[in-house]
Amino acid sequence: MNRRAPAPLPDAARRVLRGDRQALARLISQVENRDRSVLPAVRALYARSGHATVVGLTGPLGVGKSSILNLLLGHLRALRKRVGIVAVDPSSPFSGGSILGDRIRLERPAGDDGVFIRSMAARGHAGGVALATRETVRLLDAFGMEVILVETVGSGQSDVEIHEVASTSVVVVVPHLGDDVQSMKAGLFEIADVFCVNKADLPGADSAAKYLTEMTQLGVAKGRWRPQVIQTSTTPPRGISELWEAIAAHEAYLDSSGSRRGQDRQRLTGEILGLVRERVDASLAAALERDPDLQAVLDRVVARKIDPHTAADRLLAAVRRPK
Amino acid sequence: MLIAKPGLDGHDRGAKVVARALRDAGMEVIYAGLRQTPEEIVESALEEDVRLIGLSILSGAHMALFPRVLALLKQKRATRIRVFAGGIIPDEDAKRLKKMGIRAIFGPGASLDEIVATARKIAGPSRT
Ligand code: B12
Ligand SMILES: Nc1nc2c(ncn2[C@@H]2O[C@H](COP(=O)(O)OP(=O)(O)OP(=O)(O)O)[C@@H](O)[C@H]2O)c(=O)[nH]1
Ligand SMILES: [Mg+2]
Repeated sequence: MNRRAPAPLPDAARRVLRGDRQALARLISQVENRDRSVLPAVRALYARSGHATVVGLTGPLGVGKSSILNLLLGHLRALRKRVGIVAVDPSSPFSGGSILGDRIRLERPAGDDGVFIRSMAARGHAGGVALATRETVRLLDAFGMEVILVETVGSGQSDVEIHEVASTSVVVVVPHLGDDVQSMKAGLFEIADVFCVNKADLPGADSAAKYLTEMTQLGVAKGRWRPQVIQTSTTPPRGISELWEAIAAHEAYLDSSGSRRGQDRQRLTGEILGLVRERVDASLAAALERDPDLQAVLDRVVARKIDPHTAADRLLAAVRRPK
Repeated sequence: MLIAKPGLDGHDRGAKVVARALRDAGMEVIYAGLRQTPEEIVESALEEDVRLIGLSILSGAHMALFPRVLALLKQKRATRIRVFAGGIIPDEDAKRLKKMGIRAIFGPGASLDEIVATARKIAGPSRT
């Protein structure tokens, strides 16, 4: 062992950096299962991330997200880009189980090491991605994937969390979504960096694209990014290189406008606050559970002797008290 | 777990029914779909880090395709991944396949409850 070497990397991290696909797969599962024993590896790999272009594909059920993903994958492999894919599907609220079917649409030459595809169940997390999606993207990034494509749960309106994960968000719609396109204004519309009107082989694509283009012209300040609208079809393939060019143009804008850093900083702030909140929540709940004094406070709230606000003050004071 | 149909077999009803039953039992099932080569199946299983592969085949090509999947798993040192199967598989073939390492085999009319219970037993507590 070389003495001057920096602190040794955890074994799992070292294997991932060496290109060990099975080690990467295992690490992703452990992150999904919130296995804390892999935190050292995950932490060590953080410094190696931050290089990939992360593209989110979101939009209502069945609009063709996976089919587009498949064509983008082919396009990017032809450009010799190493591509990671994370495809999120919903979990059943009843059984917690899931059928992850996005993989059916993805084709690739056997033994192509330049691709890593991972399916992921949302496991009850709302927002269109799983809790583990962000961390998985980072692992793929550290693994050396240059472009990472994330497909969200196809639920429509509320799939906006992708915006916190992807550097470019593509919102996929189809002609004749009609009212849906209107109602989409609320959520998805605001996160779109690129609109993709898929199934352009069907009638109505031109008018849908025109409508979206008009919408994007409203209220965009000068010098700010104006979402591009691209028509695609996967049967037969059409518009895929244009779609990639629009994504690349947005990525270039992030750099030239200097907004990439701000975007990154804002997201990481959100992530850190989330992590802190999670821990504070857990320790507050534990304190409340354990501490007989606090249980007595709770009893008094139940008896309507004191109010919940006062009880919250006491709980906060109790955990702030040095031990 | 991963459910896949190797070879050129287009009978996907059984695979879908089984996938749904496993989902309803709380498992996460990656449905890889039709016309998968053994290489693709094993590659997918490794990327997805599954505990269990379910192969469905009604075409009669099981004696060629199943052993190939087992061999590839061995070659990749992924013997922690277990394999079970279903479809139209004559008894004597089923016997030989089980000797090779297929954990369980179900034919037409097999009970979904039994399939779920077997999957749980083979895969252990893992969701995938
Ligand atoms: C429906 C059917 C079709 C449909 C398929 C529709 C579809 N998308 O699935 C159609 C009409 C398309 C079709 C076509 C053909 N078929 Co056909 N078909 C059948 C039939 C009547 C029923 C199959 C079925 O869906 N059963 C219902 C499901 C729920 O049952 P299952 O698949 O058996 O699954 C159960 C178990 O096997 C098990 N299981 C299955 N998979 C898995 C996986 C795992 C992991 C586990 C744990 C369990 C498990 O659990 C399930 C629940 O109990 C069978 C005869 C039969 N009775 O089985 C013939 C049959 C399978 N077909 C047959 C043939 C020959 C054909 C054709 C070649 C006919 C032709 N000459 O064109 C074509 C080939 C198509 C192709 N591309 O592969 C033969 C196969 C003969 C063989 N293997 O030696 C059969 C057996 C009929 C026969 N007796 O000759 N077929
Ligand atoms: N006509 C037409 N059909 C398409 C096109 N792209 C996809 N489809 C079909 O649309 C259906 C859904 O495609 P997917 O790619 O699975 O859509 P998805 O958005 O990933 O679906 P979910 O993941 O279930 O939300 C399939 O039957 C495709 O064949 C297209 O360009 N034109
Ligand atoms: Mg999909």
